[in-house]
Amino acid sequence: MKEKNKVFWKGVEELHNEPEFIKNNLNEFPESVLAKGAAASDESAPDRRDFLKLVGFSVAAATLAACEAPVKKAIPYLNKPEEIEPGIANWYATTYTEGGDYASILVKTREGRPIKIEGNKLSSVTGGATSARVQASVLSLYDTERLKGVQVAGKASSWEVADAAIVDRLSKISQEGGAIRIVSSTILSPTTWKAIAEFKSKYPTTEHVVYDAISSSAISKANAASFGKAVIPSYRFDKADTIVSFGADFLCTWGAGDYSTDFSKNRKLNKNKKTMNRLYAFESSLSLTGSNADFRAPIKLSQEGLFVAELYNRLTSSRINTEAVKNDILDKAVTDLLASKGKSIVVSGSNDVNIQILINEINLALGNYGSTIDLSTPVNYRLGDDEKMNQFVDDLKGGKVAAVIFYAANPAYDHPRAEDIKAGLKQTKLSISFADRADETASLVEYIAPDHHYLESWNDAEPKAGFYSLAQPTIAPLFKTRQAQESLLKWSGNNADYYTYLKNNWASSILNGVSWDKALHDGVYEGASTSSEAAPSSSSFNGADVAAGISKVYTSAAKGIDLKLYEKVGIGSGVQANNPWLQELPDPISKATWDNYLAVSKKYADDNKLEEGALVKIKVGNKELAKAVPVLIQPGQAQGTASLALGYGREKAGKVGTGVGANAFALTTVQNGLVQYSAFNVTITPTGEFSKIAQTQTHHTIMNRPIVQDATLKEYQANPTAGRFFPTVTTPDGKVAPAKVDIWKDQHVQPNHKWGMSIDLNTCLGCGACVIACQAENNVPVVGKREVINRREMHWIRIDRYYSSAAEPKETGVYFKGEGDLEMPEENPQVTFQPMMCQHCNHAPCESVCPVAATTHSTEGLNQMTYNRCVGTRYCANNCPYKVRRFNWFKYFDNEEVFDKNTSMNTALGRMVLNPDVTVRSRGVMEKCSMCVQRIQEGKLTAKKEKRKIKDGEINIACAAACATGAITFGDQNDPESQVSLENDDLNKDRAYAVLEELNVQPNVFYLTKIRNI
Amino acid sequence: MHVTSSVRPPLVTGGKKYEDVTQDICKQVEGAPSTAWKIAFSFSVLIFIYGGYCLWMTWYDGIGMWGLNKTIGWSWDITNFVWWVGIGHAGTLISAVLLLFRQKWRTSINRAAEAMTIFAVICAATFIIAHMGRPWLGYWVLPLPNAFGSLWVNFNSALMWDVFAISTYFSVSLLFWYVGLIPDFATIRERATGIRRVIYGALSFNWDGSAKTWSRYEAVSLVLAGVATPLVLSVHTIVSMDFATSIIPGWHTTIFPPYFVAGAIFSGFAMVLSLMLVTRVLYNLEDYITIEHIESMNKIILTTGSIVGIAYLTEFFMAWYSGVYYEAFAFQNRAFGPYWWAYASMMTCNVVTPQLFWFRKIRRSLVWTFILSIIVNIGMWFERFVIICTSLSRDFIPSSWAMFSPTMYDVGDFLFTFGLFFTCFLLFAKYFPVINMAEVKAIMKSSSEKKQ
Repeated sequence: MKEKNKVFWKGVEELHNEPEFIKNNLNEFPESVLAKGAAASDESAPDRRDFLKLVGFSVAAATLAACEAPVKKAIPYLNKPEEIEPGIANWYATTYTEGGDYASILVKTREGRPIKIEGNKLSSVTGGATSARVQASVLSLYDTERLKGVQVAGKASSWEVADAAIVDRLSKISQEGGAIRIVSSTILSPTTWKAIAEFKSKYPTTEHVVYDAISSSAISKANAASFGKAVIPSYRFDKADTIVSFGADFLCTWGAGDYSTDFSKNRKLNKNKKTMNRLYAFESSLSLTGSNADFRAPIKLSQEGLFVAELYNRLTSSRINTEAVKNDILDKAVTDLLASKGKSIVVSGSNDVNIQILINEINLALGNYGSTIDLSTPVNYRLGDDEKMNQFVDDLKGGKVAAVIFYAANPAYDHPRAEDIKAGLKQTKLSISFADRADETASLVEYIAPDHHYLESWNDAEPKAGFYSLAQPTIAPLFKTRQAQESLLKWSGNNADYYTYLKNNWASSILNGVSWDKALHDGVYEGASTSSEAAPSSSSFNGADVAAGISKVYTSAAKGIDLKLYEKVGIGSGVQANNPWLQELPDPISKATWDNYLAVSKKYADDNKLEEGALVKIKVGNKELAKAVPVLIQPGQAQGTASLALGYGREKAGKVGTGVGANAFALTTVQNGLVQYSAFNVTITPTGEFSKIAQTQTHHTIMNRPIVQDATLKEYQANPTAGRFFPTVTTPDGKVAPAKVDIWKDQHVQPNHKWGMSIDLNTCLGCGACVIACQAENNVPVVGKREVINRREMHWIRIDRYYSSAAEPKETGVYFKGEGDLEMPEENPQVTFQPMMCQHCNHAPCESVCPVAATTHSTEGLNQMTYNRCVGTRYCANNCPYKVRRFNWFKYFDNEEVFDKNTSMNTALGRMVLNPDVTVRSRGVMEKCSMCVQRIQEGKLTAKKEKRKIKDGEINIACAAACATGAITFGDQNDPESQVSLENDDLNKDRAYAVLEELNVQPNVFYLTKIRNI
Repeated sequence: MHVTSSVRPPLVTGGKKYEDVTQDICKQVEGAPSTAWKIAFSFSVLIFIYGGYCLWMTWYDGIGMWGLNKTIGWSWDITNFVWWVGIGHAGTLISAVLLLFRQKWRTSINRAAEAMTIFAVICAATFIIAHMGRPWLGYWVLPLPNAFGSLWVNFNSALMWDVFAISTYFSVSLLFWYVGLIPDFATIRERATGIRRVIYGALSFNWDGSAKTWSRYEAVSLVLAGVATPLVLSVHTIVSMDFATSIIPGWHTTIFPPYFVAGAIFSGFAMVLSLMLVTRVLYNLEDYITIEHIESMNKIILTTGSIVGIAYLTEFFMAWYSGVYYEAFAFQNRAFGPYWWAYASMMTCNVVTPQLFWFRKIRRSLVWTFILSIIVNIGMWFERFVIICTSLSRDFIPSSWAMFSPTMYDVGDFLFTFGLFFTCFLLFAKYFPVINMAEVKAIMKSSSEKKQ
């Protein structure tokens, strides 16, 4: 006790405790401030100055107190959930599915909100790849147009009421023997199939009709015909040396499989590996695949079958009797295919069974089954059966369907016979939809039982036979929605919640004793290969029938314009049309946003006196497009063809997607039971009006500048610096490299880290997933069509797309020359994609010109932007040679009247997607790529807390993480072992170049030359 | 001890006496505003109000109201800024440089030219503020001590130099102008009664007209002229460095400082002529601003116009001679690219038409002078537009190439400065003596004349 009896004193006076001090200490307030004026004679009386000081202070204090301070609500947890630590992200492994599209993903949640999606590297199906649509799907979760609860006849109702009525009526219909149909898109989930089976057993008149908005029915039908298995095989593009594609855009959307990762594995080059695959593309419109092809032949759609047949005839000893076609590139392809037997793939995007049968025969003749094509491990991405769907529409129209349930399907929008479906729906006794909004189909049904968003759901998927994947909720349901499977179970009399049902199903039929927790943690469960079936060595093939079928449809004599209806990488079939990120994602080829358009060749436009943006009406047989669409002049578009994207023209998507573009599904047709996405001899009529297409890039050629440096594989093999441009500056001592001439001492010393990037132009396919990943990570606003037309899109990373020009010299490595018009793209151009973002120059031109020093250089090589110091003179943007700086022309947040399409910043719900680690920029400030500085900071802090150095690969930036092909490498250039140093300084030292090296701005981003296998 | 050539004609014609000068100039200040003035003033104020609305909307909604984009971050805003600063060159040149060179003919025009300078610099300054994304934070470009820690401006930035150059130029010009006004205000004060006498008395700082005061007046004028003379060169030199210190082809040019200064004097003199020709007629000042004045100024326009023309050609030569592809492309693109029409307008207005001043008849023709002075100003506007906009529209990376099209707010904000300029100028012309009476009186007698 005694030890604790310490004496604390505040000052020496108190320690001494003199009487004067004691006396003064009794007064609560020191005399010197208040107690003056006790007497006029008192020296310490307040004088005029004191009085004025006090008055001044009081007035200022009162004035300040009267000012309104903004109310900011930060409400702490009353009971903090155990797993949530404010400021620390939680990651959940789950599964993205949209129809048959699939990705195994990791979801980043902050304070309980999913804000970002990354690929799950544990999945061998996707290998950690995500597409733009997957990246953007997190915003769809916060879509305000989603239904907030069950709807009965267009009015909000309660689940109890709806359930009772539905069960009652289903039983009645079932008892009467009325036909019940479940119409869905491809379902990847085995447990959902089980639930549907349960529903079927309860209501035995039920049939399940599966269709895909963009169908691959012909492939499974062809496989059934050839090999007796109605499946779509899995392809191993990484094992192929020669790939031939007939209109199959497999790098983008074809068959929903993500083949770009596999494809690009064999495109990577370095000093130890100097070989790569070769890609041939035969297509009518310039697709992502075609633009990455080494050889591309534009062909008319009405000759597609003839080309495939010709290839068949040239590769096999047997011939079928079809019209012969001649093509140099086909000759080359034949030679290459024969040279790489068993190591090649031939694919076609056609939905014509005869073509697909021929493709099977070609692959069989080349010995590709068992090596590059695996028929025993089929993929489930497209299970739709067009014939069955067609039968359903017939039944519906004929009034033979009593009850219909739509699950993840919107046929009133995306089926060729949408009008029949709309009419037929009126004759049903019961119609239900699980749609998340009152879309084109759901708005016609009686009951809408909205399903959860996939990020709110438990689910599973089997994208490929034997490869399973789990989905878990990353947030509690935002609205009173209910999982569709649970609804089905409930209506079948099973009250189990779907989670239990799923878990039991996995325990009993999938997991084989493996821990559920591990499967859930990993997100994927990949059992041993289920099949040991031998690859087929023979097929049943009736050449005469196929030849007859081909000859009936395809002819080189066709004169009219062929129309190709295709999917865009962002919008796809239009399911996520209400997602503004995807609407504003520039099309990889045309760089157009917020619209679909009729792509035509320059010759067609000239012949018909059509200017870009001229509105035209399109007619296929007796089907006409509801809205006129603008014309876009597309280099590489085959003569006599035109193309138009599907997925637009939604009528009931929501405020973002409704009315954007025209619905091209209206032009699809059903032929021989299969949906056709191409049409011959279409009528195109100009209306005489114009509508500007919102493109983010309007100049299309590189002007033969060494901004893109490229060479052929042969040249590269002979000389690894092939295609490189080495600028020099003339000095009194002769010509030297620009970096040698410098009036500055090196001001920027980077002792610890020097962050940098390496971008491989060879593996960048141009898909745009990085653009959306960056947008999600960095709270990049959407500006809408008008502002894109004004050239003010805000993307921090863009993919520049360049067409070659006929005026460029043919020699490699010759730059700055041209004979003729360099601004005019070639008729069938070579295409190059170049991701462009802030180059983080070490001698940054932007930094020196800012009057207020709002943009400065960090000691780690980053060019940093201090938003709240910026006054917005835009000098930095002007002086940026790469033109990567983006200015906030308007206030894009909390400004719903003008920027209602920027949903992530203008609604309370939308704002939940914002990354709390990144500032939302105010109006009038400049912004640009920060190299995800928040991620670098987080990584540094983690390493610091653990008292260690940062490991290479520990920090990754959003664009690099999203890149399916690994074209972007990020890391510390000061670490000689880091991947980025290896790429730039070792493995690909001879290919690495800085764009505009002659300016000596010394960027931290390097590009590896594009090598074409020609 | 002035020695003036005897062949030189008198600078003020019409046999004016000292009292005539006072009377001729003061009557404008003292009389009721004329109808022409009222119409002109109402018109200016209307433009000012409309422009003010446009400026307000730009301020309220953001720079996006203009036609700028991700590629072209400056266009009409900085074009107008440089144009106005250029116009603001003539005043100081006339008052300071010509004072130092003892060019006596300057006395009849220096007052109005200086006023024009001040108003033009104010107009230019509005664009400095208006072009900012966050104009309310414009004061951050000043090196003010602050409580934010070591937060300081970036002295490397040419925009920073601009701030100093323009503010210095404005301060000195204002001072110079006002010092010159003081004796004339005293003259008006002496003639005025009532409240006017008080106001003009205050404006004249109670000038007493003593020999000592005059001596100080002359000394201050000389000192200010000395200070102002380098500013004439420095301001536009520094403005040109906004471009010359950048790396954009078409901007990154060492020829810019002399070329910009010549261009500024060129446009400044043209603007002085446009304004003086009108004032001269309206105020019956033909005897003070004589055809000789006009001819002298036309000669300067011819000289500076030719310098500018040579600069244009030198740029092309350098673009070729440097061997830098981007530089060569930028100039080819100027002349033959999508903005060829702007370049053609510039060449016609600035290089071709001023050559007409080689003809004495045209040089001495009021109508021709007026038309050509307007053309020169149009040409000089296009010069800045060509430099700023065409260089930005197509620089290094072709994917970002873009075009600029002005919106009604670009136009409106330009109109705002016109409204501001003419409102100020008309107020000046009505309430201030437009000609420096004191100095004109000093040159009424040519030294070769016989003493009266």
